[in-house]
Amino acid sequence: MSMIWDFDFMRRALLAAALVGLIAPLIGVFLVQRRLALLGDGMGHVALTGVGLAFLLGTAPIPTAMATAALGAFLIEFIRNRSRTAGDVALALLFYGGIAGGVLFASLAPGKAASSLNSYLFGSLSTVASGDLWALGALVVTVLLVLLFFGRELFAVSLDPDIAQVQGIKVRAMSTLMAILAAIVVVVGMRVVGLLLVSAIMIVPVAAAQQVTRSFRATAALAVVIGVVASITGLVGSFYVEAPPGPAIVIIALAGFAVMAIAAVPIRRRRREHA
Amino acid sequence: MQLTPAVIEVERLCVEFDGEHVLEDVNLRIESGEVIALLGPNGSGKSTLVRAMLGLQPIDHGRVSLFGTPLRRFKQWQRIALVPQRLPGASSIPVSVWETVLSGAISPRTRWRPFSKSEKNAATQALKDVDLWDRRHSRLDALSGGQQRRVLVARALASSADIIVMDEPTAGLDAANVAALARLLGELKAKGSTIIVVTHEIDAIESLVTRAIVLGPSTHHSVQYDGPPPVPNSFAHDHHHHHDAVIDEAPPVIGMDS
Repeated sequence: MSMIWDFDFMRRALLAAALVGLIAPLIGVFLVQRRLALLGDGMGHVALTGVGLAFLLGTAPIPTAMATAALGAFLIEFIRNRSRTAGDVALALLFYGGIAGGVLFASLAPGKAASSLNSYLFGSLSTVASGDLWALGALVVTVLLVLLFFGRELFAVSLDPDIAQVQGIKVRAMSTLMAILAAIVVVVGMRVVGLLLVSAIMIVPVAAAQQVTRSFRATAALAVVIGVVASITGLVGSFYVEAPPGPAIVIIALAGFAVMAIAAVPIRRRRREHA
Repeated sequence: MQLTPAVIEVERLCVEFDGEHVLEDVNLRIESGEVIALLGPNGSGKSTLVRAMLGLQPIDHGRVSLFGTPLRRFKQWQRIALVPQRLPGASSIPVSVWETVLSGAISPRTRWRPFSKSEKNAATQALKDVDLWDRRHSRLDALSGGQQRRVLVARALASSADIIVMDEPTAGLDAANVAALARLLGELKAKGSTIIVVTHEIDAIESLVTRAIVLGPSTHHSVQYDGPPPVPNSFAHDHHHHHDAVIDEAPPVIGMDS
């Protein structure tokens, strides 16, 4: 571990991974509750077009991906509101377009952009620049502040949109906010986890935590612990085996899911006896 | 023009789905303290009417006012509580009984502060009223169907709303839970709440109901009967075909002259 700490790029990567592990499950818990677990996945695909565009235009990847993902968030919510039945297919089209656009733009870009696209797909240990850390930090603080103020309303909308509306909550605005928060997480996670797997770090820790918890709050808290532990250990592990960090982080999170699923068996049995 | 506005006023309301009239020319004036049973067979538009009253269903013609304010400009949502049959979001992620009851106090007005002491006290009292205080740490979906329904009633009780709208509250409940629900309704009525119950099944709560509104398919008027219970047999013909509760063997509707 001390060896890892000697590398500047690893310190930055570890910090970036910890930030992803912290906020991804906090957003994921709402996505799972609304049965939108795949929304983050689609958002990652859309953000890929932003990365491709950044290569092509020579702009900075994080702001360009952020703008594209935010635009994607609005589009997704627009499509979901407009049509219930065709919404599913329309979202699929948007997601395919995201991947295709990203790869196409990156291929058209000068230099070896196409090969560095790989590091955005599966994450990379060495690509977190110190300027990036400030951007990621600002995005994470934004997400936390938004959750502090709007978290309860997001929770009410996830419980039942109709009831939330009768409580005076702006359901459509909250849904769009949710999609934008997911877009931010995708962008925060794209450097270390990668765009193809970033949604896994939103969803898997939540799926693991909810095996053993009884409340929304406890689920979110345990998911954050699992998310941070998986991100950091996955990153360190990938350093030693020289693999991209994204898959390593997700595999460890999935192992956490397996552990929780096994732990849940005696816990459920005990609760049934006490009920 | 009355001095005090009706709590809910519906004028010449029409709702269409794909060109089909679901509600036709509905006119209702609901006063404070009324306990209304909204009856009618499946497809008669009961749920659509309630959704239209609460702004959940776009309306094609007519207007709805809540406490004298047109729906579009209505802001005092804390005065209305909706009791659903279930909460879809509580089955995908664990949500505790306590979180469910407290969620009734979530509102844009209180965005800038945590739950207040009085909100927590109201939630505590409501859970005690429905006899589920000792289950407050349980997952909502670990409770029986009847207990879950009582939690959702507690959620409305804690909100101290003036109007409580319940969607099929007795459907699928056993006799003990129906009795518990009827007792809670009685207490709410005594406190002066306006209660609207959408139901197939008026028997269990008939003694509390001050007014029955029967909806039915018609080319001109959706409201088939609007008056005190019991509902005359002639308006209740379709009623018992959709008797989905398991409650008791009494005939679902007692005729005027029986």
